[in-house]
Amino acid sequence: MTRYVLTRFLLILPTLLTVAVLIFILVRIVPGDIVELRLVSGGSFVTPGVIEAERERLGLNKPLWDQFMEWMMGIFRLDLGLSMWSGNPVIQEIAIRLPLSLQLAVMASLIATAIAIPLGTLAALHRGRWIDQVVQVISVAGLAVPSFWLGILIILVLLGVFGYLPPLTFTPLLENPRANLAQLIWPALAVGYRYSAVTTRMTRSALLEVLREDYVRTAWAKGLARHVILRRHALRNALLPVVTVIGLEFAFLIGGLVVTEQVFNLNGVGKLIVEAIGQRDYTLIQGLMLLVALGYVLVNFLVDLLYAWLDPRITYQ
Amino acid sequence: MVEHALVERVAPAARRRSHPVARFFRRHPLGAAGLFLIFVLLGLALLAPWIAPYDPVANDFGAMFRPPSFRHWSGTDAYGRDVLSRVIFGARTALVIGFGASLIGATLGAVVGVVSAYFGGKTDLLVQRLVDVMLSFPIIIVALAIVSIIGTGTDKLIVAIALSFVPRVERVVRGSALGVRAMTYIEAAQVIGAGSWRIIFRHMAPNVVAPYLVMLTASLGQAILLEASLSFLGLGVSEPTAAWGLMLRGAAVDFATRAPWMAIFPGLAITLTVLAVNVLGDSLRDALDPRLRT
Amino acid sequence: MHSSDVGVPRARRLALALVAVLVVLALTQVEGTAQAPRHGGTLVYISTAQPPSLDGHRETTFAMLHPVKPHYSYLVKFDTQNYPKVVGDLAESWTASKDGLVYTFKIRSGVKFHDGSTLTSKDIKATFDRIILPKGDVVSARQAMYQSVKTVEAPNPQTVVFRLKYATPGFVEKLASPFNFVYKAEILERDPHWYERNVMGTGPFRFVEYVRGSHWVGRRFEDYWERGKPYLDGYRVLFIASRSSMLAAIKSGQALTEFRGVSPAELADIVRALGEKVAVGTAAWQCNNTVAINTKKKPFDDVRVRRALTLAVDRWGGSQALSEIAFVKPVGAMMRPGGQYAMPEAELTKLAGYGRDIAQSRQQARALLREAGVPENFSFTLKNRDISMPYEAVGVYLVDQWRQIGLNVRHEQVEAGRYFADQRAGNYDLVVDFACDFIDDPDVQLLKFLSADVSPVNYGGYVDRQLDALYVRQSRTADKAQRARFVHEFERRALSEQAYGFYVLWWQRIIPYWKTLRGYNTTTNHYVEPDLAVYWLAE
Repeated sequence: MTRYVLTRFLLILPTLLTVAVLIFILVRIVPGDIVELRLVSGGSFVTPGVIEAERERLGLNKPLWDQFMEWMMGIFRLDLGLSMWSGNPVIQEIAIRLPLSLQLAVMASLIATAIAIPLGTLAALHRGRWIDQVVQVISVAGLAVPSFWLGILIILVLLGVFGYLPPLTFTPLLENPRANLAQLIWPALAVGYRYSAVTTRMTRSALLEVLREDYVRTAWAKGLARHVILRRHALRNALLPVVTVIGLEFAFLIGGLVVTEQVFNLNGVGKLIVEAIGQRDYTLIQGLMLLVALGYVLVNFLVDLLYAWLDPRITYQ
Repeated sequence: MVEHALVERVAPAARRRSHPVARFFRRHPLGAAGLFLIFVLLGLALLAPWIAPYDPVANDFGAMFRPPSFRHWSGTDAYGRDVLSRVIFGARTALVIGFGASLIGATLGAVVGVVSAYFGGKTDLLVQRLVDVMLSFPIIIVALAIVSIIGTGTDKLIVAIALSFVPRVERVVRGSALGVRAMTYIEAAQVIGAGSWRIIFRHMAPNVVAPYLVMLTASLGQAILLEASLSFLGLGVSEPTAAWGLMLRGAAVDFATRAPWMAIFPGLAITLTVLAVNVLGDSLRDALDPRLRT
Repeated sequence: MHSSDVGVPRARRLALALVAVLVVLALTQVEGTAQAPRHGGTLVYISTAQPPSLDGHRETTFAMLHPVKPHYSYLVKFDTQNYPKVVGDLAESWTASKDGLVYTFKIRSGVKFHDGSTLTSKDIKATFDRIILPKGDVVSARQAMYQSVKTVEAPNPQTVVFRLKYATPGFVEKLASPFNFVYKAEILERDPHWYERNVMGTGPFRFVEYVRGSHWVGRRFEDYWERGKPYLDGYRVLFIASRSSMLAAIKSGQALTEFRGVSPAELADIVRALGEKVAVGTAAWQCNNTVAINTKKKPFDDVRVRRALTLAVDRWGGSQALSEIAFVKPVGAMMRPGGQYAMPEAELTKLAGYGRDIAQSRQQARALLREAGVPENFSFTLKNRDISMPYEAVGVYLVDQWRQIGLNVRHEQVEAGRYFADQRAGNYDLVVDFACDFIDDPDVQLLKFLSADVSPVNYGGYVDRQLDALYVRQSRTADKAQRARFVHEFERRALSEQAYGFYVLWWQRIIPYWKTLRGYNTTTNHYVEPDLAVYWLAE
């Protein structure tokens, strides 16, 4: 088992290294220049000499290989460098946005789970009947509604019908839970509904599969109460694939809410990604992409470990 | 299990009792409804110039932010343009990009998947590492990155969205193709000296048609959503092109309380279209791939 | 006034005077300027963008100025109540030598920095040395503005002397740049980059907190040199990028205003929600949208085609229609309408595309196109930024205008990074360009029309020595009226005779603000604002 964990963990490294190399090259293919964007995009006139001096200073005139090695050496010291736009450490730039994005991801996942597990169970138990159909439509609709549009509608109703405006700036959860939740609950709902769709389907099909297993049939035959069978036997065993889906979606929620964050004016990682790309802030884009990939790869790793731990049928060589 | 599925897929004719289309409609009423809606949309898109009451790009500075009325069924926008006409013309943009991107993306993904599975070894390893990398990002980020590199506009959007589908389709198709690759008849074909490409396209490709179709329909809805998201971010098509995502950008959000019709109708159009496509896709998946049927 | 009212009967004149007085009284009551400024309160306002670094000498964006500016003083500054008048800030007074080569500033004594130390002329010399002659890897964005400066000297703690190589008209206005924060010499010596990420000045407010992406907080500086000021206890800037959230914040009273500007539709939205609670300041904005024509591409190398393009654009009609939906309005040539160098309307209407009779202009345009052999429905691309206000509105309008002379124009909106790259590479047919400034300075405004081998911002790709010569002439002319004549000659040649490029419309600043904000006066640009030392809050 330990060996499995170790080899599985080591497999992460080549993926991340490829991400690093690719991102490094790709950001430099994108046309545009951070110095120009920073100094002339407001309409001011700046001489070419100034622009050149600034490029020099940011190290953009160095050979690509040197820039890459500098960045790599930094990573090994856990230093992602300075943002070319603000001059602040990349880690700090990300750290400011991460709490909001993490919390939103957690809340959206919780909401998605709270919708998905009951609905999915209901659908599985009434397979093929009208309840099943209704659940199916609800979940397909969830995948069809753009969550940013749902967000616009939520704001529209809150503002237009109730005259209520959610807080516009982020308050940390521990500082003022009320203000914090008042801001984040709405985007969490918009996103959570969409993400509940996949989980609902997974719950339904996983449960159906388990319900067909012999031990469940035995339980029925024994005359056990329905809720007991469900809770003790079926749900528990159906949970594994469901948790997987939730986990993977969670990983994508950090950084993937690019548009929703825009609609709700949230200062999160997704918005930072759009900003960084727009500003051609190479160091920040590199750091952010590495972080997003790392998050996904780690969740994948944890899911694999969970499988190994929960399911004795899987063997590891 | 694999063998059974294979037989079913290679020789579906043997099991045919009634016409498959009729059977599909009977078994999947929702899917049929979806298909119907898609045909309606196609009709709207094709006949847009004759159906739409107004020119979708004509400015009318005397009629800005008009609420829905008999003259403008869905009201007007910040330039005094007729929202309904723009929604109708927007169907063109959505369908062109949706079909274009999903067809190209799914096909390219399928080809790469089959080729990678056939050759195996180092080729496969390299392709799979690249796919791993692309899969470790949310699809919107991948699309965003590609758009940043190649630029905006309808044609480029199709390419960007298509490319971001490739790794997902590739994974699924490769999985199926690996199963086929292990079959003895592939080995037999190699023994009698058939060329690699001939084997890939004559023997392997037909056997991954089902997952290909499933991924294709799944991509269609997602392509329309991605186009809307990118246009909303300002990285899609340009004004004054009629496109649903673009219609939701800017004024539609800024003046949501004053002119809610600007936000409601294009959003409804997106939702209904994707809903139709997804429902159809689900039914198709059920019909094509019994292993996935639950 | 005196000579013209001779014919009016005496009694009626008295009545008129009385009415005038009453109106003035009523107005002052409404405006509340009769009240004495009240001390206290925190002003909350919005900035729609974040500062890159905090160093004024290096940055060029209002996003840096709006939160950071209240922490600093200037040597001299624009008086926001009487723009473009320049007044002393840290300078108590100044004199210029007869030949315009030596400027001597007397520095206020006893001015304190926020760290408690006292400001001397050394700090001002260090500041301007850094702006004019940056050393090492320090970057100064406005170095070119001060090319005429030979040395900055600080002969004693209360005196600063600027010696120039040649006389420049408007030198003091240039020194009054809102970006010229006065820094502390000792800190600059220790770390020339310290000010990029830290704040420490002599301004009316001291720095409290900055949370990136969220807010900025400043608190009243008790030892500010001007006794009794500032009136506010503090200020808070909210960073809100989304327009809808910005509107919501102002409507809900979470913020009192935003000092860049809103669109007419946004204004209507705010007024609809707040009614009498808001006041609105408007002013011709020192920003404009122009169109650069790629003269290296066919058929745009043909002056007839270029003239047709500008002739087809209805400025006067566009001013009316577009000002309903976008913050553009004033019609003008290269210098800000209403400014001291602006072309008078009688001259302006003679330029191609500025005539009052648009039908006639369009006829002329069609004739020119036919003459040049441009076919009906000829198609080209107009490149533009992907910013909705006002670029998109201007682009959509232009496409519609050209449609009316039988041209089929494709509008291509691209994000900023690509936009600048394409502009630089000449990768466009026509491109919507723009400029913003805090000063009416022909040296800057005319720059983009100089020959391509002289000006780095000429996107037309042409060479015209006549324009280059005119430029130098106006730049060395001290007499303002004479200088204006050279400027107009330049404008006529570049915009009308050769039509290398053209102006669409100038921008119109619209600032809605809660009436509780007092002492605020809307100026021609968003760089010299906010002037927090003079603002105050009513109950």
